[in-house]
Amino acid sequence: MNVVAPFEGIGASVRRKEDFRFLQGRGAYTDDFNRQGQLHAWIVRSPHAHARIRGVDTAAAAKMPGVVAVFTGADMAKDALGGLPCGWQIHNKDGSPMAEPPHPVMAAEKVRHVGDPVAVAIAATREQARDAAEAVIVDYEVLPAAATMEAALKPGAPVIHDGVANNLCYDWHIGDKAVLDQAFAGAAKVVSLDLVNNRLIPNAMEPRAALGEFDRTTGEYTLHTTSQNPHVIRLLMGANVLHIPESKLRVVAPDVGGGFGSKIYHYAEEAIVTWSAGKLARPVKWTADRTESFMSDAHGRDHVSKAELALDANGKILGLRVHTYANMGAYLSTFAPCVPTYLYATLLAGTYTTPVIYCEVKAVFTNTVPVDAYRGAGRPEATFLLERLMDVAAKETGIDRIELRRRNFIQPDQFPYQTPVALQYDSGNYQATLDQALAAADWAGFEARRAEAARQGKLRGIGCSTYLEACGIAPSAVVGSLGARAGLYEVGTIRVHPTGSVTVLTGAHSHGQGHETTFAQLVADKLGVPVSQVDIVHGDTAKVPFGMGTYGSRSLAVGGSAMMKAMDKIIAKGKRIAAHLMEASVDDIEFDRGTFRVAGTDKTKALVDISVAAYVPHNYPIDELEPGLEETAFYDPKNFTYPGGCHIAEVEIDPDTGKVSMVNFTAVDDVGRVINPMIVEGQVQGGIAQGIGQALLETCIYDADGQLLSGSMMDYTMPRADDLPPVGVATHTTLCTHNPLGVKGCGEVGAIGSPPAVINAVVDALRDYGVRTLDMPATPAKIWQIINGGRRQAAE
Amino acid sequence: MYDFAYHKPATVADAVKLLADPDAKAISGGHTLLPALKHRLNKPSALVDLSGIAELKGIRKVGNAIVIGALTRHVEVATSAEVKAAIPALAYMADHIGDVQVRNRGTMGGSVSNNDPAADYPAAVLGLGATIHTSSRKIAADDFFLGMFTTALEPSEILTAIEFPIPEKAGYAKMKNPASRYVMAGVFVAKTAGGVRVAVNGAGPCVFRQADMEAALAANWSVDAVAGVKQAADDLNSDIHGSAEYRAHLVTVMAKRAVAAAG
Ligand SMILES: Cc1cc2nc3c(=O)[nH]c(=O)nc-3n(C[C@H](O)[C@H](O)[C@H](O)COP(=O)(O)OP(=O)(O)OC[C@H]3O[C@@H](n4cnc5c(N)ncnc54)[C@H](O)[C@@H]3O)c2cc1C
Repeated sequence: MNVVAPFEGIGASVRRKEDFRFLQGRGAYTDDFNRQGQLHAWIVRSPHAHARIRGVDTAAAAKMPGVVAVFTGADMAKDALGGLPCGWQIHNKDGSPMAEPPHPVMAAEKVRHVGDPVAVAIAATREQARDAAEAVIVDYEVLPAAATMEAALKPGAPVIHDGVANNLCYDWHIGDKAVLDQAFAGAAKVVSLDLVNNRLIPNAMEPRAALGEFDRTTGEYTLHTTSQNPHVIRLLMGANVLHIPESKLRVVAPDVGGGFGSKIYHYAEEAIVTWSAGKLARPVKWTADRTESFMSDAHGRDHVSKAELALDANGKILGLRVHTYANMGAYLSTFAPCVPTYLYATLLAGTYTTPVIYCEVKAVFTNTVPVDAYRGAGRPEATFLLERLMDVAAKETGIDRIELRRRNFIQPDQFPYQTPVALQYDSGNYQATLDQALAAADWAGFEARRAEAARQGKLRGIGCSTYLEACGIAPSAVVGSLGARAGLYEVGTIRVHPTGSVTVLTGAHSHGQGHETTFAQLVADKLGVPVSQVDIVHGDTAKVPFGMGTYGSRSLAVGGSAMMKAMDKIIAKGKRIAAHLMEASVDDIEFDRGTFRVAGTDKTKALVDISVAAYVPHNYPIDELEPGLEETAFYDPKNFTYPGGCHIAEVEIDPDTGKVSMVNFTAVDDVGRVINPMIVEGQVQGGIAQGIGQALLETCIYDADGQLLSGSMMDYTMPRADDLPPVGVATHTTLCTHNPLGVKGCGEVGAIGSPPAVINAVVDALRDYGVRTLDMPATPAKIWQIINGGRRQAAE
Repeated sequence: MYDFAYHKPATVADAVKLLADPDAKAISGGHTLLPALKHRLNKPSALVDLSGIAELKGIRKVGNAIVIGALTRHVEVATSAEVKAAIPALAYMADHIGDVQVRNRGTMGGSVSNNDPAADYPAAVLGLGATIHTSSRKIAADDFFLGMFTTALEPSEILTAIEFPIPEKAGYAKMKNPASRYVMAGVFVAKTAGGVRVAVNGAGPCVFRQADMEAALAANWSVDAVAGVKQAADDLNSDIHGSAEYRAHLVTVMAKRAVAAAG
C-alpha cells in the first residue's frame, strides 16, 4: 500500500512549505537574531576610490556615548590575522600563477575602492555606532584612480596593487590557436562583433548582515550570517582569516532573503564581527543598509569582448575567436577568477558544433567593488556573446537566423558530445526546445504583429536565443584540476526518526529556491513519507555534517543526489531489518515508497515498523546491524549538468521616446527531470526578470574618479513588475545521464538565456535603422539616440 | 538619523512659532524628508509635524477655482470627484505620482514646498497659473518656483493651500526616469482665462514655462502646433539616464501628448 498520496512525489506542484512561514512574517533572518548584551558595529568606509591612509584617529570616536571599541586595520594587523582568501587560482598562458594581491579585512595602508572598510565602531546601539564611525578621522592621501579597465590598462595607469604589473590579474587562454587560425584562413565569411557585458549590482532583497558571538566558557565562536554556504565561510574564515579551528567555530545561515551569488563570498564584515566578539566577549551585530550594499556586495559581469566567427559558404561554423577583458574590481573576491574563465570560455560552443574555439581572457584590477559570480556567472556573458553573434552572422550571410542555428546545432544523436573547450555535454535536444518555443511564441505570425504595431506607430521586434549552460557545479577532481581550492561535492543525511518522520540534513542552502519543499518531495517519492512529515535542515554547521552550499544551480543535481544516495543506504539497512522481522532472506525483500515486502507474498512491513525496530531493538539482528536508522552520503558527480533551451522575446519600441516595452516572453527550457513544476516555473520567471533587467534596465556606472553614480535605487534601475511581460514557461525534458535523479538545474537558465533574446528582439525592431551593435541596457535614451541617427555614439 | 525634538502643533500659528527656530523643519508626509534624515543628509533640531493641523486639510470649490489644503495627499486629489470634474488633468497628474504607497503618504504641500525639479506637482501649479497660499501671504505660481529645491517660501513660512483656477482645458504627459520613476521630462498644458500656459518639469533644474509653445498653442490649439516647436537643450539636465538633447526632444513629445490629452 502506498502511504503517499502520489501528488506529493516527483513531478507534483506541491505548494512551498516555507512560504507559510515567510508570508506570515515568521521567517528568521540574521538581523532578527538579538542576543543579551549585543553590541552594534558600523563600518567606516572609504569615500575615495584610491587613497593612501596616512593615519586613522579614533580618539574622539572612542569617547562618544555608548561606544565600546573602535578598531582599525592596524589593530587587525596586530593580531596577525589573515586577509580575505581567494578560492580559485588561474594560471597565465605561460603557466605562471595569477597575481593574487592581499585583500585585507580592513585596509591599513591603502584603500582601493569606494566602500573599502577602514575601521569599525562598536557601540551599544546602531545609531551610536554610526555616530562614532562619523567621528573617526581618516587622513587620506588621495591617489589617481583607475575606474575602468581601459583606464587601468593604459600605460602609466595608477598602480592599484604593488607588484601587479599593468593591473593585470591574469592573461589566460583556452583552445588551439594554430588550428583556429587555419579555420579562419579557409572561411567563406568572417563575422566580428564588439560587445560589452554590462556590470550589475545584485541587490538581494535582504541586505547582508552578520552577528558574531563568543562563548567564554567553551571558547566557541558563532557567526550568524547571510550566506549561501555556511560551511565554506567557516572554512575560509576559520582557516585563513581568524585562525579558529572548525571545532570552535559555528556558522549559521538562517533564512536568507535572496543571494543570486552575492552571498557566496566570505566578506570582511563577517570576520570583523566574529573577531570583535572574541575581543570584547560580547555579541556584535552588523547589518548593511542599502547604500552599503551597493558599495560592498560583490558586483557581477563587466566584460569587454571582441568575438569573431568563421563560417563556410553554407553557414556552418568553422571556428570562434574571442578576446575578453574581465573586470575583477579592486580585490579578488572568493571565486572571481573562475567566472570569466572556466564558467565562461568553456561555454562558448553553446548548442553548436563549432569545431575549434580559441578564447583569451585578460582579468584586470580596477578601483571598483570586487566583481564575482552573479546569477549565471560567466554563462550569461558567453551566451550573450554567442547568441548576439549568431544573429549578426545570420544577417551578414543572408541566412535566416533560425535556419542558421539549426544548421549548426549539435544533433540529438551526437551525445555525449565533446566540445573543443573542455566540456562534454551528456544530453539535450536543441531542435525540440527551439520548435516548441517557436510554436508557443507564434514566431510564424510575427510579421503580421509587426505590421499591426507599425500602424500604431510602434516598432516591433522578435528575437531568440538557443542557449546552453553548464551547472550543477561539480566534480571535485575536475574543478580541482582547473584551480579550485575546494571540493564541490554535496552531503546529505537522512534521519528516519523512531515514529517514522524524517529529518534531512543537507549541505545545500535555500535562500529562495524552495528546497524545504523540493527536497521533501524526493523523500516522499522514494521513502513514502508525506511531505508534511519531512523536515529539511540546512544552513547550520553545528547540525549539518558538511556542505558546499548553493550556487551554480547545484542544489538538486548535487545535493539532491547525495540525499538519494543516503536514502539508498536507508533502504538497504531497512531491508535487512525487514528480512529479520519477516523471517525472510534479505534478497527477497522489495521496497517501494514506504513498504517493505517479501517478494511474491503479501507479507509487508511499513517504514515505521522498521524505524521502531531500529530504535527499540528488542527483536533486531543486533549481531549484524547497529540500531538506529540514519545515513549520510557524500555525492561527487561525474560531470556538470547541461540545461539548455530556447528563449524568445518580443518587444515594442516607442520611437518618440525610445522606450522598449516587453510585450511577450517565451521560455522552453530543458532542466532535466522536473521535481516541482511550479517551483521550476518560479525560478525560471525570476531568472528572466533578472535577464530582462540586465538587457533593458540595470547598469552599474562609476565616474572617472571611481565614484559610484548608480549607488541607489534612484539611479540603479531594478526591474519592477510592470517592466515585465507575460512570461510563458514550459519545459522539454532530456534526462541528465549521470546523476540518480536525471536533473540538470533551473536556477540560472532564466538569467542566462534571456538577455540576448531581448537584445536580438530590440535589434530586430530597429532593423530599418541599420543597428549592428547594441550594448545593454537598451535604455530609452540609448534607443532614441539610435533612432535619431546618433548611431555610432550609442553603439560604442 | 540624528536626534531631534518632535512637535505636533494644532494650528498654523503655533507651527509658524515653532519654525522660528532656523534649524527646525516642517514635516508633512515625510516621504522626502524621512529618507533624507535616514541618510543623515539633514540634521534638524526639531521636526514640526503639520499633520495635526485641521485647517491644512480638504478640497473645496471656491468660485471658479479649486482650493486644495497643503496636507491633502496625492491619493485624495487623484480620487476627488470635485477635482476630476473641474480639472481632470490635475487628478490625472496626482494619480500618476510615484506608486500607491507614495500617493497614500505624500502631500501636495510637501511636494510643492520641496520643489524637486523632477516632481510632478510643480508643473501643474505653474501650468495652471495657481496661487500659493501661505501662513503669511499669497504668491503667484510665476513667482514661487525660484530654482532647484528653492521656492519663495521663507524658512518659517508654511504653505497652507493652493488655489487652482479652473481652466478651459488642460493636459499632462511625462516620461518617467526608468530608475526613480520621477519625471525625466513632463509637460503640463492649460488653456486658461489668463491665456495658454505650458509648464515643463523634469527636464531642467527647475520647472519652467515654455514661451514658444504657449505662443504656438495660443495661435492654434493643436498637437501639430507644438509638434514643430523645439526645446533648446541649453540649461537642461544631463545625467546617466539621458542627455540634455534627449530631454529637449522629450519636451516636444510630451507637449504633443499633453495637448492630445487635453483635447
Ligand atoms: C519612492 C518615492 C517615489 C516618489 N515618486 C514621486 C514622483 O514620481 N513624482 C513626484 O512628484 N513625487 C514623488 N515622490 C515624492 C512624494 O510624492 C511627495 O510629494 C514628497 O515626498 C513631498 O511630500 P511629503 O508630504 O512627503 O513632504 P515631506 O517629506 O514631509 O516634506 C518635504 C519638504 O517640504 C517641507 N514641507 C512639508 N510640508 C510643508 C508645508 N506645508 N509648508 C512648507 N514646507 C513644507 C518639509 O520641511 C521638507 O523640507 C516620491 C517619493 C518617494 C518616497
